[in-house]
Amino acid sequence: MKMKTLTTLALTSALTAGMAAADLVIPDLSYRTGPYAAGGTPFSDGYQDYFNLLNARDGGIGGEEVRIVECETGYNTEKGVECYEATKNEGALIYQPLSTGITYQLIPKATADEIPIHTMGYGRTSAANGEVFNWVFNYPANYWDAASVMVNYLLDENDGDLEGKTIALLFHNSAYGKEPIRTLEALSEDHGFEFTQIAVDHPGQEQKSQWLQIRRERPDYVLMWGWGVMNQVAIQEAANIGFPMENFIGNWWAGAEHDVTPAGPAADGYLSLNMNRVGDLPVFGEIESMVHEAGNAAGDGSNMGSVLYTRGMYAAMLAAEAIAKAQEIHSVSDITPAMMRDGMEALEITDARMNELGMAQIGPEFSVSCENHGGSGLGIVQQWNASEGSWTALTDYIAPEDALIDSLIIEDSTAFAAENNITPGCL
Amino acid sequence: MLYREAGDYKTSYPADSQTFPIAFDRYRYWVVLAVAFLVIPFFVNDYIVNALLLPFLIYSIAAIGLNILTGYAGQVSLGTGGFMAVGAYACYKLMTAFPDVNILIHVVLAGGVTAAVGTAFGLPSLRIKGFYLAVATLAAQFFLVWLFNKVAWFYNYSASGQISAPERTVLGIAVTGPNTPAWASYLVCLVFVTICALIARNLTRGAMGRQWMAIRDMDIAAEIIGVNPLKAKLTAFAVSSFFVGVSGALFFAVYLGAVEVGEAFGINKSFLVLFMIIIGGLGSIFGAFAGAAFLVTLPVFLKLIGVDLLGWPTDLVAHLQLVVVGLLIMFFLVKEPHGLAHLWRLAKEKLRLWPFPH
Repeated sequence: MKMKTLTTLALTSALTAGMAAADLVIPDLSYRTGPYAAGGTPFSDGYQDYFNLLNARDGGIGGEEVRIVECETGYNTEKGVECYEATKNEGALIYQPLSTGITYQLIPKATADEIPIHTMGYGRTSAANGEVFNWVFNYPANYWDAASVMVNYLLDENDGDLEGKTIALLFHNSAYGKEPIRTLEALSEDHGFEFTQIAVDHPGQEQKSQWLQIRRERPDYVLMWGWGVMNQVAIQEAANIGFPMENFIGNWWAGAEHDVTPAGPAADGYLSLNMNRVGDLPVFGEIESMVHEAGNAAGDGSNMGSVLYTRGMYAAMLAAEAIAKAQEIHSVSDITPAMMRDGMEALEITDARMNELGMAQIGPEFSVSCENHGGSGLGIVQQWNASEGSWTALTDYIAPEDALIDSLIIEDSTAFAAENNITPGCL
Repeated sequence: MLYREAGDYKTSYPADSQTFPIAFDRYRYWVVLAVAFLVIPFFVNDYIVNALLLPFLIYSIAAIGLNILTGYAGQVSLGTGGFMAVGAYACYKLMTAFPDVNILIHVVLAGGVTAAVGTAFGLPSLRIKGFYLAVATLAAQFFLVWLFNKVAWFYNYSASGQISAPERTVLGIAVTGPNTPAWASYLVCLVFVTICALIARNLTRGAMGRQWMAIRDMDIAAEIIGVNPLKAKLTAFAVSSFFVGVSGALFFAVYLGAVEVGEAFGINKSFLVLFMIIIGGLGSIFGAFAGAAFLVTLPVFLKLIGVDLLGWPTDLVAHLQLVVVGLLIMFFLVKEPHGLAHLWRLAKEKLRLWPFPH
């Protein structure tokens, strides 16, 4: 047995040592298997396709080829840690694990190893305070923004008054789902609505009792923090009990095509947030001709243009822009993770730049600074049109209640800093 | 040739009843320990420790614990994940409540807390047996996970419901938290594994182990010859839960650093540890190690071959892993129901006669 372990060890070290090369290394901690694969696959496809497009069209970024190292996590934290350890020594520039659980795992590790993490609209919300979390970024928006945007949308629908209304939160019973609770509690005090919490355990295939409770208590609105198979089941169950879809709002991880299509026409009118716009962007044509037709498509190439594919591509674009920024700041093309961090902290996304990249209006304009790693926090509300099979944006970008969110972020991040002996400050 | 008893004279009872009666076995044992303690720490990196060695060592402790309960005392348990969670949360509460006390003491205390909880959940074993007991322990699994998710006191009211291990040092060197050097976390786990294995080995061949095995083989007969089933079953639950609790505490504090109960200690964990002892060999300390090594290294090994060497898509390899592990489990159950430990035993018998088999 010991011998077997030793041979495995020898083989591992030989394999991991033999792969270092001077490229821009982007690990893709994806999940294409398991109960969350429906969301993980399109995101990863978009993420990889965009980098492949940059390689094919521009020869990489600033003359350096991008090398993607994919590692399957299955949304499992242990495998996520293994993936992180397996890829970090190759010169990984940035981690985007697409999992709040893995993010919590990686925050201390990556901070100690000085590798930036970008958790776009997920992960630890209080990481928006860049003075405490120097190496963690969550622009352009986070969960607490999302909760506040939802409540602001509902305020708008109810002429600015939610007094006496009941809002239920249906959440994935994990770090991910619990994130918005604190914000919604604060908001319920401010606006006088009643707030109830309904937990769904991993993976969320069984929700009969939760929807029975919703049927009994008849909340005015149901907000959902779901992911993977949980979304599909929830929307189906909502249809089964005849809950009005226009009063059912998912967050931006509960608003993709594959979440609503299983319920068929019954899902018509379902609302969800989005942090990026979907639509026919010119960049898709370039990906089609230069990546897919060249046979380099990630996955089976069928996800192009879907909500999560677009978001994955958006995440890759933000990373690529940060790399370009880092190259500009440090005047070298082969950047290190520390330089990458500087680039992310100086990132500025403008409408003009997004136009230039062929993804006009894909996201809001925002800029990052040392104090604010969280971006603008804007979100749109979109509605599912089952007959056309597409999402329609109902609103323009809605702003969250910044004053409230900022005070919550300061509170949580200073508590974290005190717990971990961090002196807040810029690097 | 190398492996023989001839000429290996025993002149006292202790010498005759030692764990490794054959000299070559004894030397091999000391060499393995020497390599593990004195050589490996100098050659490890983060990847090898975090992807292979730590999970192997920690699951070994859990497998030893479950093996005492299931393999030696014959009480089937599906609550391993839940008991590991008890160890982890006990360790977390102790670490944060008494930050000045050494972490190693907390890990042992966490094992003690788990032993108490395990004994409480072991009480039904006095009335129910077999599948029914498995269901009772399954209830423990779900109840404990639910409890740690529901009651905010257990995770110190953190917003995310996660627990994360603050930095703690042993002799001035960090062993928990992100700044832990790879060799330090390895050595801490290795020390616990070595001590646990020694204790388990000596318990199982002493009076207590004999009582457990008597209960396992036929509880009515055991009762008639004077074994107290109450004492035997509850001690088995207590000792087993102690080991499982220690492994849970190490799993959380040293290995992962941050844990979410539903994800880290779900029912899958219970099954994983159960598979380890089935593949490794029920009722064998070596089997616990072999099973843990097999199920920890195999997926990593398959991934290295599939993704890094052959360049296959990651999802294909992940699915293939499930198929291969499943097939191997079936193969072992059919071809070698007594597990890897029995294969090892057969190999030793053959080696004793080699090179003159007749």
